[in-house]
Amino acid sequence: MIERTPLLDLFTHLLLLASFVALLIPFWIVFVAASHDFHTVNQVPMPLWPGDSFFENMAVAWERGNFGRVMLNSLIVAGGVTLGKIVLAALSAFSIVYFKYRLRMVMFWLIFITLMLPLEVRIVPTYAVAADALRPFQSMIDLFGIGINLPEWNLLNSYSGLILPLVATATGTFLYRQFFLTVPDELAEAAKMDGAGAVRFFLEVLLPLSRTNMAALATIMFVWSWNQYLWPLLVVTDHQNFATATMQLQKLIPGPLFGEPPVWNIAMAANLIVLAPPVLVTILLQRWFVRGLMVTEK
Amino acid sequence: MPKVTLTNLRKSYGRNEVVHGVSLTIEHGEFIVLLGPSGCGKSTLLRMVAGLEGITAGEIAIGPTVVNKLEPRERGCAMVFQNYALYPHMTVRQNIGYSLKVAGMSRAERTVKVEEVAGTLGLSDFLDRKPSQLSGGQRQRVAMGRAMIREPKIFLYDEPLSNLDAQLRVAMRVEIRKLHQRLGTTTLFVTHDQVEAMTLADRIVIMNKGNIEQVGKPAEVYHRPATTYVARFIGNPGMNLLPAVADPGTGIVRLADGQVLAYDKSRWRDIAPGEITVGFRAEVARLAPGGFSARYDFAEELGSAQLLHGTVAGKSVTVQSVGNTGLRPGDPLPFAIAPHELHLFAASGQRFAEQGRVETPARSFTPAPAPTYLPVA
Repeated sequence: MIERTPLLDLFTHLLLLASFVALLIPFWIVFVAASHDFHTVNQVPMPLWPGDSFFENMAVAWERGNFGRVMLNSLIVAGGVTLGKIVLAALSAFSIVYFKYRLRMVMFWLIFITLMLPLEVRIVPTYAVAADALRPFQSMIDLFGIGINLPEWNLLNSYSGLILPLVATATGTFLYRQFFLTVPDELAEAAKMDGAGAVRFFLEVLLPLSRTNMAALATIMFVWSWNQYLWPLLVVTDHQNFATATMQLQKLIPGPLFGEPPVWNIAMAANLIVLAPPVLVTILLQRWFVRGLMVTEK
Repeated sequence: MPKVTLTNLRKSYGRNEVVHGVSLTIEHGEFIVLLGPSGCGKSTLLRMVAGLEGITAGEIAIGPTVVNKLEPRERGCAMVFQNYALYPHMTVRQNIGYSLKVAGMSRAERTVKVEEVAGTLGLSDFLDRKPSQLSGGQRQRVAMGRAMIREPKIFLYDEPLSNLDAQLRVAMRVEIRKLHQRLGTTTLFVTHDQVEAMTLADRIVIMNKGNIEQVGKPAEVYHRPATTYVARFIGNPGMNLLPAVADPGTGIVRLADGQVLAYDKSRWRDIAPGEITVGFRAEVARLAPGGFSARYDFAEELGSAQLLHGTVAGKSVTVQSVGNTGLRPGDPLPFAIAPHELHLFAASGQRFAEQGRVETPARSFTPAPAPTYLPVA
């Protein structure tokens, strides 16, 4: 297609450039603030060029925030959620798309409903379940008046308590379902003729075909679970061992109430630390990510 | 190698029956073509043999074994799909060898077999390419290789050539025929293209709305169509069919506009007086003034001949002419048909019983008569 609209082109490019700069300014300010010492960062107005205390600030922030430990925690949680999501999503979508069984549509709608009930909405009951994972079953048993007491299974202050409730959502299932629906039926039939059973077809044909899909889901889920704040705050009381990076970051932000010194340089340095992993993951998987969200090559 | 027996096979989707009790015996090594328009149940039948569709009623046996309840992999069939259904993420080598890998064959053995099959199909140079880097014909060959490597008892082809362009289709047709001659594997081939059916088949099975209309050798279905449906479907163009009233006493049929055609009384002895359908092929009509006449409409140029379209008693007819006639639309189009070239069908569409020459009429090798040029009116 040939289009000759030089004025419009110029305008759209200027607009893009302006938006790009506007988008980058906050990051620049965070970086500049993180590179000055305590006195410079509190000058009014704050300088807009980087100072020379960047590495010093980073070291202090890393030390004060116990980031060696909490970054590891966050990595475990985000990695666990991502992995769990991909496995769960691929398996559930495989079941819904490729098998005909009773209650298939019921299952589908049950999964669908979780889209409308995000964690924030059902946070109190979810917390109750996390406090004793067998409690729903205990309630059901009690309902029938059977005198069996299940043991208490507490997920608070544990990685499973941090990970499992975040895994059980439907977005991934939907992404996979849409992808599986675009895979031609003949492929499944060809695999059947070749003698491959369902598991083989899933592992050797469907999963390799959905690699881009997987990368897209991994990126979204990693960033999403890394940024989780409310749920870890609720589940974790043992901050020494199970705090996540986002929780820890909050503690380094100087609050006005307690008369703490306004150490914005340290807070911003911590910000950069917490920011790094999701940015890295996005950059690494970006090429796949974009392809996975578009229609895949056949 | 076993023969395949289909006995009273039925298939329903819910209450909608799409295959109504089909019975067919396929001899060992035979090349059978299932021919019919889309929706006639031919693909369903093939998929039932493959084991991809359940069987509502009836029985499929491969050799002595009833395979109704067997999974596709246990039946010893290999299938070539219309859109090839190659695994996009695997190379040609992996695609062809996948069934062997599933069967647990060692890598070394697999390599030998894959290279052998690829060699016979001319794919040796493409073994490490992905399907997306191949042309349509090459993909088709990979699909055939994938079927061949399993050394199946039965080959199933589901409209394998319909995604190819016309030239490639002819070339692949030849290759499929050669492959069958070399391997001698029993083959079931589904198509809606009657040229494919005529050129490939040992026997053609013509299907219509879930029923078999006729089973026969290509020449047989062409020269002795069992029903008006087959007569119209086979041949290019299909047979001309005109409603008429038979007079067995004099051996003529009378069309709605009063024109008459004589038929071979010694051959068609059981014609009852009354409504019948009379048929003749476009190429048996001889353009000749006098006698039978149609109204000329237009001509189609075939290169070797022309197809002249006309109207008789409100029905369109097509006759073949070798030379240019110089006719204009609306002119009379006179032609004659030898009595033995007429086909007679009952009002139900069934061909009447014939006496005498039951075997396929031999084509004469005498040179065709010189084209008749009509005087320009």
